[in-house]
Amino acid sequence: MAKSKRFFTYLFLGIIAFVSIFPFAWMVISATNQSVDVTKGRLLPGSHLLENFRNLLETTDLQQSLLNSAKISITTTILALLIASLAGYGFEVFRSRTKDIVFNILLVSMMIPFAAMMVPLYRMFASISNTVPWLGIDTMASVILPTVTTAFLIFFFRQSTKMFPKELLEAGRIDGLSELGIFLRIYLPTMRTTYAAGAIITFMSSWNNYLWPLIVLQTPETKTMPLLISNLGSGYAPDYGMILIAIVIGTLPTALVFFLMQKQFVAGMTGSVK
Amino acid sequence: MKGVGEVKPVRSSLNIRRRNIWTGWSFILLSVVMIFIFYFYPMLQALIMSFQTGTGSNLEFTGLSNYQRLFDDNMFITAVTNTFIYLLVQVPVMILLALFISVLLNDSKLKFKGFFRTAIFLPCVTSLVAYSVVFKYLFAGDGLVNTLLLKLQLIDAPIGWITDPFWAKITIIIAITWRWTGYNMIFYLSALQNIDVSIYEAARIDGASAPRQFFGITVPLLKPIILFTSITSTIGTLQLFDEVMNITKGGPGNATLTISQYIYNLSFKYSADFGYAATVSYSIVIMIVLLSFLQFKVAGDKNG
Repeated sequence: MAKSKRFFTYLFLGIIAFVSIFPFAWMVISATNQSVDVTKGRLLPGSHLLENFRNLLETTDLQQSLLNSAKISITTTILALLIASLAGYGFEVFRSRTKDIVFNILLVSMMIPFAAMMVPLYRMFASISNTVPWLGIDTMASVILPTVTTAFLIFFFRQSTKMFPKELLEAGRIDGLSELGIFLRIYLPTMRTTYAAGAIITFMSSWNNYLWPLIVLQTPETKTMPLLISNLGSGYAPDYGMILIAIVIGTLPTALVFFLMQKQFVAGMTGSVK
Repeated sequence: MKGVGEVKPVRSSLNIRRRNIWTGWSFILLSVVMIFIFYFYPMLQALIMSFQTGTGSNLEFTGLSNYQRLFDDNMFITAVTNTFIYLLVQVPVMILLALFISVLLNDSKLKFKGFFRTAIFLPCVTSLVAYSVVFKYLFAGDGLVNTLLLKLQLIDAPIGWITDPFWAKITIIIAITWRWTGYNMIFYLSALQNIDVSIYEAARIDGASAPRQFFGITVPLLKPIILFTSITSTIGTLQLFDEVMNITKGGPGNATLTISQYIYNLSFKYSADFGYAATVSYSIVIMIVLLSFLQFKVAGDKNG
């Protein structure tokens, strides 16, 4: 009885794990095959990886898209961490009834669906395009600004600040550090792991963001990786090998971040509900 | 002595806090301003626009006409129906599946735990666009899924995963379940680790079967987390866009169209009907508020 139960547990988990991994395996294998072989359902690695890669470089502006995605994601991550950690720290360390009310109002923003904001946001950036071109439509700033501050990340930092040893605060004050000095010199280094977790979550969502960049980025020079991939996938006679190598390249940064920092990532996600 | 020593610094820090009211505000000001500009202001703008009609920027007030239009708009009704089909099928299936997997993974005697957990969580690292395109090819008429099913003789003719109205919805549901089950599993796993093992031991001594332990102990204890994941999944599904846009484009014949995609089409694909698009977007706001309230209510009643 117990033995057969054990067997079914492994069988079930094995099937689920296989289904979870299979699309990845197929994507990587197909990136090495010719388009014809991919449609034939070939499941063995081929020898067309370099050719597919060359085709991708020739038909798209891959470097530009990678660079755009990197610039946007890294800038967003740095700014988001700074803004959210200052706020999370501020809300927890300088608590007052008014600040608690303000905090709760900020949390309401998590309930606002993006669909309800996208048209006004688009009009906002469109109207500023003529007077302040670097801030208008089709710029890095227009992608970053609406996504850089999230109530979720502020909430996340506030929760973690509860664990921050308050004696360190006192020590800093006695040493004559300013409040900002305490934050920068004591809080920031102490909370390294929290920052790491926040960085991973923010980087991933920024790297993978699709709908808002789709609306606001309109010229080929400003396109990000998800836009490039989506564009490649919409053709009528797709070159499967080439598209799949583009997807592999587009997935690589987030997959790497995940594998290198798996522990912090999971801690970051679950830390938000504890 | 020790207790006194701990209380004192807290008091003096309170005094410092009182004296420096503005220091505290300066830490949070930037984020408050940003959220007001980029969340609450657009939200308010959308509300105003939902009472206006016109193309592009030439909008004028027409009262409730947009809201009346909703009820006669077949495409809107289709989009809402589709979205609710996804919601009612996908969210319960995914949550039960994630719960079931995490209970199995929580078994201390299980081997290869790390492998299973990583494998099942892996889909969450992909971008919605990337995995959607992969699924589009896997589920194409001559795609690998059909080829395999034919070879295994489970079907006689290829299934129109993307071209048939029914199967296209199923494909979207399979895709979202693939992407998000591991995500929800992580929350349940970390919550399960906080449950005292002795509760289960006592239940076993009392002769409670595994299903009874699952529904009698695990589910009630995880209720807050289940509520959290069901609300976030509901909000996510109501905003479904990337998958539908990249797998089926809303087709065949609007069979997979979602509300978000309809709003996108109204604003950026058809003739830039911003006012009406804003009205449709408020239907999502109302649904999110109502459904979240309902979920809280259901969970609360069972608690009481």
